[in-house]
Amino acid sequence: MEDSILIQAIERYLEGTMLPAEKAYFEELRKNTPEIDQMVVEHNMFLHQMDSYSDQRNVKHVLHDIHTKLLERGDINEGGELSTKGRVIQLYNKYKKVTAIAATVGGVIALVISGLTLYLSPASNNQIQELKREVESVKRNQQYQGAKLKEVDSKLPKNAILTGGGSGFLIDAKGYIITNAHVLKGSSFANVINNNHDEFKAKIIYRDEVRDLAILKIDDEDYTALKTLPYGFRKSDLDLGEEVFTLGYPRNDITYNKGDLSAKTGFNGDSTRWQLEMNANPGNSGGPVLDKNGEVIGVLSTREKEAEGVAFAIKSKNIFKLIDEVKDTDTSVQKIRIVSHSSMKGAERSSQIKQMENCVFLVQAFNKK
Amino acid sequence: MGYFYPSSSIKQEIVKAEFTEQALLKGLANNDSKAIEALYKDNFNMVQAFILNNNGSYDDARDIFQEAMIALYEKAKSDSFVLTSKINTYVYSICRRLWLKRLQQIGRYSNQIDSFEETVAVEEDLEIHEKRNAEFAIMDRALNSLGEPCKSLLEGYYVKKLDMQQLAKEFGYTNADNAKNQKYKCLIRLKKLFFAQYNIGE
Repeated sequence: MEDSILIQAIERYLEGTMLPAEKAYFEELRKNTPEIDQMVVEHNMFLHQMDSYSDQRNVKHVLHDIHTKLLERGDINEGGELSTKGRVIQLYNKYKKVTAIAATVGGVIALVISGLTLYLSPASNNQIQELKREVESVKRNQQYQGAKLKEVDSKLPKNAILTGGGSGFLIDAKGYIITNAHVLKGSSFANVINNNHDEFKAKIIYRDEVRDLAILKIDDEDYTALKTLPYGFRKSDLDLGEEVFTLGYPRNDITYNKGDLSAKTGFNGDSTRWQLEMNANPGNSGGPVLDKNGEVIGVLSTREKEAEGVAFAIKSKNIFKLIDEVKDTDTSVQKIRIVSHSSMKGAERSSQIKQMENCVFLVQAFNKK
Repeated sequence: MGYFYPSSSIKQEIVKAEFTEQALLKGLANNDSKAIEALYKDNFNMVQAFILNNNGSYDDARDIFQEAMIALYEKAKSDSFVLTSKINTYVYSICRRLWLKRLQQIGRYSNQIDSFEETVAVEEDLEIHEKRNAEFAIMDRALNSLGEPCKSLLEGYYVKKLDMQQLAKEFGYTNADNAKNQKYKCLIRLKKLFFAQYNIGE
């Protein structure tokens, strides 16, 4: 019982709830009785311990609740597929079906009307063509609807005008994309679209017109950074005849092309480039060129006008050089880490493509009106 | 050779980001659930991806991440706190260290831990964190060996921060003074149990 009275006094003393006279008496007692002094120190320490212990338990509790809450909301995910899609795109996917049905119904009605027209009028070749056209225009209407939906979804400011486009690919899983500087020529901002047609805003963080390379950084909360990149970057030299391939966006869908290394220099002996025997089309610019092990050897950038099937790629060495040069002065470039190890070595081409197609983007460059 | 694009706006954004990070950490230190939620949302997926990619399960990811958040919480609360890196780099580094340790403990350590993210040195912070965890474990054991109603009474007062009136009502004491007396008795027992373990240096 005595102990508990003493503890009570100590606790009040530590809390500062003692009356002045009482406090003075207690302090005197502390001074003269080392045992009590020791008890005060010990109890103070114990209360601190108890306090931080309680705080930690409370934080643990909060963390647990938040985890459950975020899981329910779908902000985090345990099991199943990790969603990389933005809310707008999810919305688009949700209503895509409805739109498609509406458009189909429209199409059927148009067909019936055309059929009736055809049935009621004398048959001739002209009209069959007309029917065709009408069906065509219905189709176009369907597409138009699709386009309109996309427009609403678009993350661009309203006064944006498209100045150009091409391909680009991740050099760092954190969202750093390399492309050609000429893809971004005359533009002040860009967005990138992946193979699933998910659109992300991107910042142009650096462009080097001489090397014809530019770095973008995806700057969009809907973007979930990949863990690692499936491909690496090759530093060693190549041999003539080595098989190479590229992925890019000459159309709105990702497109694969393959070829061989035909010269170790580019147009007019340009030593910063490879010459490839490959069919490249406008839009392939900025796409990765990889060897059979899935290591990036360069960035596809130009083709020869006069000759068919000759393309040039900027050697990947230039990417390293560019980053090394800019690192000292540009903080946003400092964070880029380039990996040389490719995890696609030995895999079949189709599986290599599958692994990396999410890392290759359609780059759209814009300027303000 | 080339030029920076548009450098002024980049700089501004970095300054802004650091400011909000400071605010988040302040919120964390004050146990503000909004700040904690924002931190959770911003960092969890990165850590989960890392753990899953390195032989871990969803449960492992949650455990490791929450442990790291607690380490960050302790750091944010300490007087000597300075933020030397971005929060996500710090959290990632802690998680990486914790997970490597866990893998080592179960003998599945491989040198090829899969990550290319940047990390900062967190060994010192983790040492402090582990020491604290050990102390809390002693407190936990001491509390659990107290028995009822002592355990719930003390938890009610110190963890749930209920006042003596509420506690008296909840536990059925006739008045707050009796509850208070009982609480002191329990506290003395807890203290004995705690220091017995603590001074062994367990």
